[in-house]
Amino acid sequence: MRKKILAIAATLLAGWATQALAKEPIKVGALLAVSGPASFLGAPEARTLEMMVADLNAKGGIDGHPVTMIIKDTGASPEKAISFAKQLIEEDKVLAIIGPSTSGETMAIKNLAEEAKTILLSCAAAEVIVNPVAKWVFKTPQKDSYAVVKIFQQMKKMGISKIGVLSSNTGFGKAGKEQIEKLAPEHGIQIAVNEVYDKAATDLTAEVTKVKAANVQAIVNWSIEPAQSIVIKNVRQLGLQFPIFQSHGFGNIQYVKAAGAAAEGVIFPAGRLLIADSLPASHPQKALLVAYAKEYAAKFKEDASTFGGHAYDALIILEAAVKKAGTDKEKVRTAIENIKGLPGTGGIFSFSATDHNGLDLDSFAMITVKDGRFVPLDR
Amino acid sequence: MLGELLLQYLVAGLTYGTIYAVVGMGFNIIYNATGIINFAQGEFVMLGGMTAVSLHQVLPLPLAILGAVAVTMAIGALIEMAFIRWLAAPSVLRMIIITIGVSIVVREAALLVWGQQVRALPYFTGNEVTSISMGGARVSPQVLWAVGTTALMVALVTAFFRWASWGRQMRACASNRVAASLCGLPTRNLVTLAFVLSAGMGALAGCVVSPITYTQYGIGTGLAIKGFTVAILGGLGNSLASVAAGLVFGILESFSVSVLPTAYKDVVTIAVLLAILFVRPSGLFGAREASRP
Repeated sequence: MRKKILAIAATLLAGWATQALAKEPIKVGALLAVSGPASFLGAPEARTLEMMVADLNAKGGIDGHPVTMIIKDTGASPEKAISFAKQLIEEDKVLAIIGPSTSGETMAIKNLAEEAKTILLSCAAAEVIVNPVAKWVFKTPQKDSYAVVKIFQQMKKMGISKIGVLSSNTGFGKAGKEQIEKLAPEHGIQIAVNEVYDKAATDLTAEVTKVKAANVQAIVNWSIEPAQSIVIKNVRQLGLQFPIFQSHGFGNIQYVKAAGAAAEGVIFPAGRLLIADSLPASHPQKALLVAYAKEYAAKFKEDASTFGGHAYDALIILEAAVKKAGTDKEKVRTAIENIKGLPGTGGIFSFSATDHNGLDLDSFAMITVKDGRFVPLDR
Repeated sequence: MLGELLLQYLVAGLTYGTIYAVVGMGFNIIYNATGIINFAQGEFVMLGGMTAVSLHQVLPLPLAILGAVAVTMAIGALIEMAFIRWLAAPSVLRMIIITIGVSIVVREAALLVWGQQVRALPYFTGNEVTSISMGGARVSPQVLWAVGTTALMVALVTAFFRWASWGRQMRACASNRVAASLCGLPTRNLVTLAFVLSAGMGALAGCVVSPITYTQYGIGTGLAIKGFTVAILGGLGNSLASVAAGLVFGILESFSVSVLPTAYKDVVTIAVLLAILFVRPSGLFGAREASRP
C-alpha cells in the first residue's frame, strides 16, 4: 500500500515538474478547407501543419513554448470560416490564425481579424488580401500578378502575341482573369477569346473549339479544379499543337497524372518546391524544400504540393517572429513585418509595413512537364 | 472551316448529352416503378467510376468494370431494401427526402473511403491525346465508347421492358401498382429490381465517361441535377424520351457556347427548359397523364 502511494506521489511530482519546465503553450488556429471543393488545397495544408507541429513539439516547441494547433475544416465555405474565426478568436484566444485556404474565405474574415487584432496568415493567392495592406493580415502564396507577368515574359520569348484565355468561375479564376486583362496591353498581348466556365465542368470541348476558331498562338487556363486537366486533354484531342499555359494552381502532380500524355509540355509558373531536386545545391531554398518534400512524401504517401507549402511558410514565419518577440500579439505582428530574407517553400520572404506578402517576381520559376514529371523550363 | 467547327460543336454536345441521357434514363426507370425521383441517381454514377478505378488496380479493365457494375447494383438493392421497402404507404415527398438523405450518406462515405482525390480509368482505346478525324471534326475514341455503350444500354433496356417477362411485370407495376399486386406480381421485388437496374446503368455510364470527365466523391449532385432536368424535359415516365432530351440538351449547351460567353450556357439551357414546360407541361415527349401525380 505504501509503495502504491509513493508511486502515485512520484508520478504526480514528475508531472508537476515537467509542467513547470515547459512554458505556457502557444495556441494557433487554422482555418483550412480540408473537405469540399478546395480540399486539394486544405488537405495538404492540414497534413503539413500536423506534421510540423509534431516535429516542433518533439524538439521542445518554440523557445520552450509547446504549440497547440487547432485546425477547423471550413469546407471552403466563407460562412463557416467566419463562425470558426470568431470561435478561435473569442473562445480559444489564439495568437494567430493560419489560413483560410481560399481567397473568398480570407476576404470574408479579413475585417474580423483586423478588429480583433489577431494575426492572420492567409494561404490564399488573391492580391486583394494584402493590397491594400491590412495591419494584421499577411499571406504566404505568391501574388497572381507575378504569375501573369511571368507567363507574359515567357510568351514574349516564344514570340506569342495572340492568346485565348479560359478561367473558372471561382475567386481564384476571377482574380487571375482580371490580372490577365489588366496586364495584357502593356506586354503587347492580344486576348482573342476570353471564356469563363463552371468550376464543376466535366468537358470543355465546346470552349476549346471556340479558341480554335479564333486562330490563337497559345492558350492560358486559370483554375484550381480538375477542369485544368480536362482543358489540356480537350486541346490536344482537337489536334491543336500550340503551347498551353496554366496558372500556379497547376502545381499538384495529381493534375499531371489526370491529364496523362496531354500534360506533356504544359508551361506554368510555380514555387520551386516542385523542382526541388533540380535546384543547384547553393540555392537558399534547396535544403528546406528537399527536406519538406521528403518528409511529407514519406509520412503521407503522396507528393508534396505547393499548397501544403503555403501552410509550411505560414508556420515558419510565425515561428521566426515568436522566437524574436515572445508571445505578445502586437510584438509578434511587428516582428513579422521585420522579417528579412527568410527562405520558405514559396520563395525568400522579406516583409515590410507596406508589403505583407514578402515575395518578389523571382519567387516564381517557370516549370514544364516532361515524361510525367515537373522540370524547370529551359527556353 | 465553318462546317468543321459546327461539326465539332455537335460532337461536343453529343458527349455532354450522352452523360445526361443515361442519368435521365436512370431517373425514369425508378420513377416508373415507384413514382419517386431518386436523387441518389448521380451517386450511382460516382460509385461505378470510383469502384472501377479501385478494382482496376488488381483486375484487368473489363473485369474491373463488370465488378464495379455488380457492386453498385448490390448497393442499389441494399438502399432500396434498407430505406424504401419497409415503408407501408409512403408519401412521394417522404421518399424524395429519403433519397436525398441517402445521396448525402453515400457521398460522405465515398469521401471517407476514397478521399478527395480526382480519379479516372485509363482510356479504353489510345490515350489522352488520341483522336479520330471525322469529317474534319476530331473525336476522342472514348467519346465513341461512351456513345456506343449508351446506345447499347438504351437498346437493351428497351428490349427488356418490351419482351422480357420481368420487364413486362415492371411495366405492369408502373401502370397500376395495386392491380399488379392483385394479379400476384411481386411488386416489392420489382421495385428492388428497378433500383438494381438503374444503379447498374449509372455505374456502367460512370465507368465509360470517367476517362473523359474524371470522377470524384462529389460529382453525383451535379449529374443528378442535369439528369433530372433532362428527365423533366423529355417527360417523366418515358425512358427513351429522356435519352432524346439529353442529347438535345447537350447539343444546345454546346452551341450556346459557340455564340454566347460560356457563363450563359446554363442560362440558355434552363431558359429553353422553362419555355418548353410552359408550352408542354408534360415535357417534350411526355404523355399527358405523366404530368399528373
